[in-house]
Amino acid sequence: MRKAFAKAMVKVASDPSLFFFTVDVGFMALEEVRDAFGDRFVNAGVAEQNLIGVSAGMAKEGYKVFSYSIAPFLYARPFEQIRNDICFSKLPVCLVGNGGGYAYGHMGPTHHALEDCAAMLALGVRVLVPAFDEDLAEIINDVTGPTYLRLGYDARPAGSLIPQYAPWRQVLDGQNGILVALGPLAGVAIAALSDCELEKRPAVWAVCELGEGAVPSEFWEKVSDVNLYLFEEHVAEGGLGMQLAYSFMKKGIQPARFHHRYALGYPSGTYGSQEFHRKQCGLDRESIKNLFLNKL
Amino acid sequence: MKNSFLNTFHNTKQRLFRLHFSANAGHVGGNLSCFDALMVLFHFIIFENDRFILSKGHSAGALYAALWSIGKLSDEELSTFCKDDSLLPAHPSGTGIPGLMFPTGSLGHGPSLSAGLALAAKKQKTGRKVYCLCSDGEWQEGSCWEALIFSVHHKLDNLTILIDQNRLQGFGTTEQVSSCGDLQPRLSSFGANVLSCDGHNHTQILDALKSPTEQPKIILLATVKGKSSLYENKMESHYLPLTQENFEFCMAQIQKEESP
Repeated sequence: MRKAFAKAMVKVASDPSLFFFTVDVGFMALEEVRDAFGDRFVNAGVAEQNLIGVSAGMAKEGYKVFSYSIAPFLYARPFEQIRNDICFSKLPVCLVGNGGGYAYGHMGPTHHALEDCAAMLALGVRVLVPAFDEDLAEIINDVTGPTYLRLGYDARPAGSLIPQYAPWRQVLDGQNGILVALGPLAGVAIAALSDCELEKRPAVWAVCELGEGAVPSEFWEKVSDVNLYLFEEHVAEGGLGMQLAYSFMKKGIQPARFHHRYALGYPSGTYGSQEFHRKQCGLDRESIKNLFLNKL
Repeated sequence: MKNSFLNTFHNTKQRLFRLHFSANAGHVGGNLSCFDALMVLFHFIIFENDRFILSKGHSAGALYAALWSIGKLSDEELSTFCKDDSLLPAHPSGTGIPGLMFPTGSLGHGPSLSAGLALAAKKQKTGRKVYCLCSDGEWQEGSCWEALIFSVHHKLDNLTILIDQNRLQGFGTTEQVSSCGDLQPRLSSFGANVLSCDGHNHTQILDALKSPTEQPKIILLATVKGKSSLYENKMESHYLPLTQENFEFCMAQIQKEESP
């Protein structure tokens, strides 16, 4: 998805109010962004705390700033800078974290981002988790305040058609409940279920923005008394599932079933690819398919 | 220095004492060590277009008093210092007061924020200058050094960082706690243009601020924590508010300083 992100950035590079920082990452991905942005592209070196402070300073002077790194280096290390320098002043800085969830796979746990959405939401940062490559073009035009953009891999089968971007949208029809997937897991769900019979599979919703305000009224109307399946490559604490459960309580909505799968960390104490970790959490294609074909 | 400035300086210092005493606010020592530099900055150096960041946010009282002395804060506003429903907490909130751009209070943020402002000024060709006031203990924060590397690399000659070197921090001297040794060669070795001066000598401060530079400039201010109070060079000055006795001593000291 980082290449799609780079393409989308190149398209808007002529806007003189945009500024782009990386902290020495983006090899074989950001070269075109660098060339398109010219002197509004700066490699700030391996210094994430400084990156956030500098980004805040630039934003205060009128720039809309995109600050790019590997996700955990961006939201976890300079957490206080994000809080004090960006959020308290509500500055238009988009933190672009590459490698949401287990996307960095074999690179190991230091490179995984499992609690990023909760951490950023707690600060009042708008959290965007694109599901498909095409979503990026829409999303980057919509940065007006503190924003966290979590990039992963577009996992849908080649050739599958996706409806136009919306923060929440149904991307596959079905009659066996509703499956809500955070970001790229929507593509995994499509890959798992598109061959299943309509009556056996759930309708799949792709969630690309967290926070109750992003949920369309259509979803609240449909989910009552229906089996609900939630999939997110994020820890349960503060994630999509907990947020939805809280919203349901407030609104008096009760799904018939609330089945939640989420990032379990490292239950075996061993490490591997994104697929390996997804499998351990029941978030991979086969586990999703089995949930509907074998057990229901 | 002109007599008119000295009169303003002494009046403002008295106001600062009253401010802290009436609010029963601590951090008196760090406010008094940097007060001279703040007054010189706001009366002779910082113009409308320029930017200032108080990285050592615990010296907000001195900053508020300096802003009051140039008419940026009213006496009524100043009187809300550390009170309920105020825009003037003990560390700047960064909102509601023109010129206070960011919330500061956690150390080590100002140099990066200032570098961002300075880089923006370069890119936008505004010609504005950026000033940042740090404490000396603050340079135990790694983020300061990150900002310094960045500022030197980008040749931010429009950035001046002042370091209030009073050599006392929260729970000991800087030498005892985590010594930075001699800051001058360390800062110089990163490529900054480092100057030193007596942080209570207005002429020296002004000369250092005005001296030309082709690199980010750092001015080491040799200061006395708790200057003009009974807390001079004492640990108590970091946290404790002014007692009645100390307040009266401070006010008497001002009168002595005013006398020829």
